Amino acid sequence: MVAPDPFLPQPYRVERRRRELVGAVTLELAPLVGARPDFAPGQFNMLYVFGVGEVAISLSGDAERGTTFVHTVRNVGAVSGALTRLEVGASVGVRGPFGRGWPLTGAEGADLLLVAGGLGLAPLRPALYAILARRERYGRVLIMVGSRSPEDILYRRELEHWRRRPDLEVLLTVDHADADWHGHVGVVPALIPHAGLDPARTLALVCGPEVMMRFAANALLAAGIGPGRIHLSMERNMKCAVGQCGHCQFGPFFVCKDGPVLGLDRIGGILAVPEI
Amino acid sequence: MDALPTATAAVLDRDGLQALIEALAARGFRVCGPVVRDAAIVYDEISGVADLPAGWTDRQAPGRYRLERRADQALFGFAAVPQAWKRFLHPPVETLWRVRQGEDGMLFSSAVETAPRYAFLGVRACDLRAIAIQDRVFCADDCRDDAYERRRRDAFIVALNCSEAGDTCFCVSMGTGPRAEGAFDLALTELLDASRHEFLVEVGSAAGEELLAGLPRRTATEPDRAAAASVVARTAGRMGRSLETAGLQELLESNPEHPRWDEVAERCLACANCTMVCPTCFCTTLEDHSDLSGGSAERVRLWDSCFTLDFSYIHGGSVRQTDKGRYRQWMTHKLATWFDQFGSSGCVGCGRCITWCPVGIDITEEAAAIRATPHIQGGDHG
Ligand SMILES: Cc1cc2nc3c(=O)[nH]c(=O)nc-3n(C[C@H](O)[C@H](O)[C@H](O)COP(=O)(O)OP(=O)(O)OC[C@H]3O[C@@H](n4cnc5c(N)ncnc54)[C@H](O)[C@@H]3O)c2cc1C
Ligand code: SF4
Ligand code: SF4
Ligand code: FES
Repeated sequence: MVAPDPFLPQPYRVERRRRELVGAVTLELAPLVGARPDFAPGQFNMLYVFGVGEVAISLSGDAERGTTFVHTVRNVGAVSGALTRLEVGASVGVRGPFGRGWPLTGAEGADLLLVAGGLGLAPLRPALYAILARRERYGRVLIMVGSRSPEDILYRRELEHWRRRPDLEVLLTVDHADADWHGHVGVVPALIPHAGLDPARTLALVCGPEVMMRFAANALLAAGIGPGRIHLSMERNMKCAVGQCGHCQFGPFFVCKDGPVLGLDRIGGILAVPEI
Repeated sequence: MDALPTATAAVLDRDGLQALIEALAARGFRVCGPVVRDAAIVYDEISGVADLPAGWTDRQAPGRYRLERRADQALFGFAAVPQAWKRFLHPPVETLWRVRQGEDGMLFSSAVETAPRYAFLGVRACDLRAIAIQDRVFCADDCRDDAYERRRRDAFIVALNCSEAGDTCFCVSMGTGPRAEGAFDLALTELLDASRHEFLVEVGSAAGEELLAGLPRRTATEPDRAAAASVVARTAGRMGRSLETAGLQELLESNPEHPRWDEVAERCLACANCTMVCPTCFCTTLEDHSDLSGGSAERVRLWDSCFTLDFSYIHGGSVRQTDKGRYRQWMTHKLATWFDQFGSSGCVGCGRCITWCPVGIDITEEAAAIRATPHIQGGDHG
């Protein structure tokens, strides 16, 4: 169900609020009327805070379970800051879901590599839930997560839990380690060459800061993975989310409706050019 | 130049044109057409032929626009006016919705006002195409802007086959003019010489046919049609500019690091004039305001431009920091990526961006400069 007027937000209410990291919270939003629309992993919503503004935030919960929209928001400015300060019971305007998510249909039989940098794990989490819900359909499943420091690891308890699963390889790395850290140190693309990936079978889903994605894309190409098997979730300024305001243009693409997930076979050429 | 199609056609004189305007007004349309205002010709509400810019023409050149008297009393003897019909169909400022805090949460309600039913008199060929191009943006299959669609559906279009080309016109290169083709209700060609001042009127829709039937008119003869065809042919031969379009999309998309972008960036002021006057540029921004008491708020949509720094802002800094990046976005979008997005060029060759550029940057000249030394590959910034 998409609202008849794509510009008009629907009223939602904060059902649950959880502090994730310094400056980052996860909100569970329930519709005031009706049920939340379905969404696909990798899609996003536009969240509106009364009188402050509206920003694009990925869906980060389980697409197949629950009656709420789950969003993890990091405070970087006016609107995201206001979102992180909302208390349970507060009202939020929601438009969405928008965009094209991760190409999971048709990925049966493939090895899946999820590469996340920082908050980039948020839009990948629904993909992981979907994969785990039918784990037997895929080959190897690896998830690489890069964070600034051990305190900045998003969804850490869940990651530790997944790490204990025999059918899931979870690799964590941090830029700056502390005395208690025994894992990898360094940027996440540096993990790629050592992962023993089978280039013909691997499908890579990447989300993080654009520089990190560029390095990850190069490392994946160097590992022999074809550009058609590498998918990045792009970030651009977004106002309308429906292909009409022009802000999210990335070369020929509207990131809001052609993306945010785009294959490297389509964007490889422009990704390398500054200021596109 | 082919003879004009043998659709139903009639000939009106000045009184017939007056009757046309009155008939539209009588049917409840707000009739808009060209009028002289503030040393320019602009589109605004008109009540009769007397409002039209009889005997005026415009002299346009890169960075220059000036009105001059004509030797005759032509009503449509000028080229593209500064602001196209875009401002009626896609208004510069529009309140989308209002919201107030209710007991249980926010209450949103649409604030889009019902626009008048417009009749546009004198929609030049290039501008007619520009409207069709904006239709593809706002009436896309996957998302429609209902308010735009309503304004568009209600509009009665009297197109104009151009009798005058400006120094910055290049519609012939873009395949958009000077003959109006596409969706119109009626199309005029001004027939003016020592012996007559008349208008050939062609019918493009049932509504046009019905309207024309009630006007004082005479049937168009073969010589009338031939005269109209020669007006269009003469205009086509007087294009001030030309643009080679063959392979242009690939040329621009494969030359993002051409040195010409740096060169033009040194002249470009990033003032956004070109995007504001362009009849196809559709970009907007959204602003959220709340009243002082904090009890209600609204969202306003305003025209925006890819030349502003804010346009591409994301946390950490704008994507397009330099004038080079922004000029390249504009021109590449108009002439190349528009094809990927909407299946046509985003430029109709109206020349407005050339005329209204304060430093006279010329899109045809910039494209030609890149064509002159193409295929300079960008550096690898991966
Ligand atoms: C598809 C997509 C998914 C996203 N998912 C998440 C998520 O799950 N969690 C999260 O915390 N953040 C996410 N972001 C980023 C989030 O939209 C920005 O952090 C937010 O817009 C910043 O707005 P602000 O008003 O707080 O900051 P300011 O710096 O004050 O920004 C001012 C305005 O610029 C624009 N803007 C600024 N940064 C961005 C940006 N990175 N992307 C798009 N527009 C921007 C917005 O219109 C914003 O209102 C996502 C962005 C996109 C495009
Ligand atoms: S780019 Fe310039 S010439 Fe082309 S349609 Fe826009 S204003 Fe007219
Ligand atoms: S040229 Fe710029 S302002 Fe015009 S439609 Fe394209 S992005 Fe928008
Ligand atoms: S966000 Fe408006 S066009 Fe994509």
